[in-house]
Amino acid sequence: MNTFGDPTIWLPFVFAGLMGVSILIYVVLDGFDLGVGVLFPFADEDEKDRMIASIGPFWDANETWLVLAVGLLLVAFPVAHGAILTALYLPVAIMLVGLIMRGVAFEFRAKAPAPHKRLWNNTFFAGSLMTSLSQGFMLGMYIMGLEWTLANAAFSLLTAVFLTVGYSFIGATWVIHKTDEYLQRKAVDWAKGGIWGLVLGIGLISAATPLVSARIFDKWFSWPEALYLSPLPILSAVLVVWLWWMLRRMPFAADRWSWLPFAAASSLWVLAFIGMAYSFYPYVVPEQLTIYESASAPESLFIILIGTCFVLPTILAYTVLAYTVFRGKATELRYD
Amino acid sequence: MMETLLLSRIQFAANISFHILFPTITIALGWILLFFKIRYNQTGQDRWMEAYRFWVKIFALSFAMGVVSGITMSFQFGTNWPGFMEIVGNIAGPLLAYEIMTAFFLEAVFLGIMLFGFSRVPNWVHTGATFLVAFGTLMSTFWIIVLNSWMHTPQGFEMRDGVAHATSWFEIIFNPSMPYRFTHMVLASFLTVSFLIAGVSAFRWLIGGRTEGVRVALKTALVAAALLMPVQILVGDMHGLNTKEFQPAKVAAMEGHWETGGNVPLILFALPDQEARENRFEIGIPNLASYILTHTWDGEVQGLNDFVAEDGTILHPRVAPVFWSFRVMIGTGIAMLLLSWTACFMMMRRKRGVEGLPKPMLYALVGMSFSGWIATLAGWYTTEIGRQPWLVQGVMTTAEAVADVPAPMVLGTLIAYLVVYALLLSAYIYVIFYLARKMSRGEEIGTRVAPSPKAVPKALPAE
Repeated sequence: MNTFGDPTIWLPFVFAGLMGVSILIYVVLDGFDLGVGVLFPFADEDEKDRMIASIGPFWDANETWLVLAVGLLLVAFPVAHGAILTALYLPVAIMLVGLIMRGVAFEFRAKAPAPHKRLWNNTFFAGSLMTSLSQGFMLGMYIMGLEWTLANAAFSLLTAVFLTVGYSFIGATWVIHKTDEYLQRKAVDWAKGGIWGLVLGIGLISAATPLVSARIFDKWFSWPEALYLSPLPILSAVLVVWLWWMLRRMPFAADRWSWLPFAAASSLWVLAFIGMAYSFYPYVVPEQLTIYESASAPESLFIILIGTCFVLPTILAYTVLAYTVFRGKATELRYD
Repeated sequence: MMETLLLSRIQFAANISFHILFPTITIALGWILLFFKIRYNQTGQDRWMEAYRFWVKIFALSFAMGVVSGITMSFQFGTNWPGFMEIVGNIAGPLLAYEIMTAFFLEAVFLGIMLFGFSRVPNWVHTGATFLVAFGTLMSTFWIIVLNSWMHTPQGFEMRDGVAHATSWFEIIFNPSMPYRFTHMVLASFLTVSFLIAGVSAFRWLIGGRTEGVRVALKTALVAAALLMPVQILVGDMHGLNTKEFQPAKVAAMEGHWETGGNVPLILFALPDQEARENRFEIGIPNLASYILTHTWDGEVQGLNDFVAEDGTILHPRVAPVFWSFRVMIGTGIAMLLLSWTACFMMMRRKRGVEGLPKPMLYALVGMSFSGWIATLAGWYTTEIGRQPWLVQGVMTTAEAVADVPAPMVLGTLIAYLVVYALLLSAYIYVIFYLARKMSRGEEIGTRVAPSPKAVPKALPAE
């Protein structure tokens, strides 16, 4: 167990990394299917069916990444898990009710009698919206150090709106990839309308984060750290400009490059996430608890790590398999 | 603080009660679907695939309900019960992590292929996906039962500075009550699903949907129920003896038995009075409890009064809920045994099969569609309330784990959850019978139009 040095140092670090990867995969994957839900009111009835078909085989596995992320927080940093979730009691409850509503609406809208379908479509939209907004709110509160003050709540309301628009943006790029013809052109318009949410969101969080904490301020603006950090804003700006340039010309002939906006949007998430992870490390509860202080016992982490080494690659492999089986344009989902 | 504790307990009980309804269906239904699929592969008969197609929809619906209500619980550990992970997180954590990694992803990813992949992947891949989903649900059951059983019969750990540390994972996983509880739960799932399939199939048969698919489903379900019911009674008895050894206070509450002594009667009816520490209106069969619990007629059984500390602190659960939920479980189980055996006897008589079932029998089966839920919930109430005041038997109490969230806030979320759950449960039951009626009218669920990437689908796509 001591092969790599002190296990109370490297084990928490590895688990923080695993948790970060899970959260990142979650916000990209569930981000697009939540976004599709948020976009529901802009689509007509047939388009709604097509949009559901584009996420139907995936949403369940996408949400499992949230379970894994929270699970890793729970098992690797139990004290932090308690502190974060009790502080965020109400937004978590709203998110959970939202997740319940949208999850069951997938099934009910297809199985309930036709006159009820409208109701379940609305449930799906409302659930997706509640989930996105409350996640954005939690993000804002987290950045503000989980302190319930009026100013922090106001800031968190802004991040709630921006994250929701950001999700709808990545949702739109997914629809561009998975559909064609009229709906695809519509989705290009949605993406053009939603990109500002992402830009403003990343901008607002980037502006607020160093102001909240002097420690983060130093991390960002001291030499030579600022140099190492500079690729993040530069690459993000390039991606945004490129996305805008691309969206204005889409769709291309023969549906070429329809996957590119989604890939570029995902890359933007990745960059933003790396920035956040860099800023908050080594804290898991901002400015209060580090990953090293709140980690579980090394022998418990080690037994999880052994399993993870075998299981995580397998999970990734069969996730890729599922996306391969259902690749291409979304068609009607059928049981036979 | 007391109010927060009580409200948090009610909220968790509501969540976990709602949640367990759906895994109870999917654990066994996955394997029954695999059985239908394998029979189809072997015989090539469409009736097996007909049964598969109908029940896979119920599976998908139940699965979604189980997933979303399960996510809720993983968050409530943190929002309402942070003390649990702080004290026993080193043991509960890895078990939960293994459940997520080995089970949740397996189920969630292959579910897509199982539901929508029949025409997209080779037949063997589809059968394989069905197997992996069924296997995933069973793995999930295994890990969560390991953790739950450890909370009842903890071992393989030591306390350092008030925090539990694992010393032997083998002892933790194979703790004394785990094999009994796991078998009991898996059988409960198979029985619940058998009665659900029998009930819904009887319903379809009654309203005229007499297809071959309905016939094989009804027959499979009744035979499975009749065969498994006696096994479940045997396993339940063994589970009870195990509980008597490790959690005697729970057994005393189940039996409504106050004073330690021999020649204990089996109490059929009583109103346990916790304050007076006696039963009112007691009706019992002499010596039978002694025989069931010790397998001798005059065996000594520990009573509840042994679990009161010197200073008057009560270290046993509230008696009435444990006493009554145990009787509800047993009563439902006996009704399930009688009904399934009578039905099988009727089918065997002159080998008339499903045609041999008279109308009253079919009505009774429809009425018993959700009997498995009642028995399963009653059983869980018995064992979980029976563990109180402990959260982890002898290690930490429930009160030590609760979060200091203001009581009105917990009340608010509790009401919200209850409303959502009541609506969803009604919708779930309604949709099952709606689908059954629709199929019986010969309407397919989903259209027959060949899927084309260019056409905008008009049908119900999320099936």
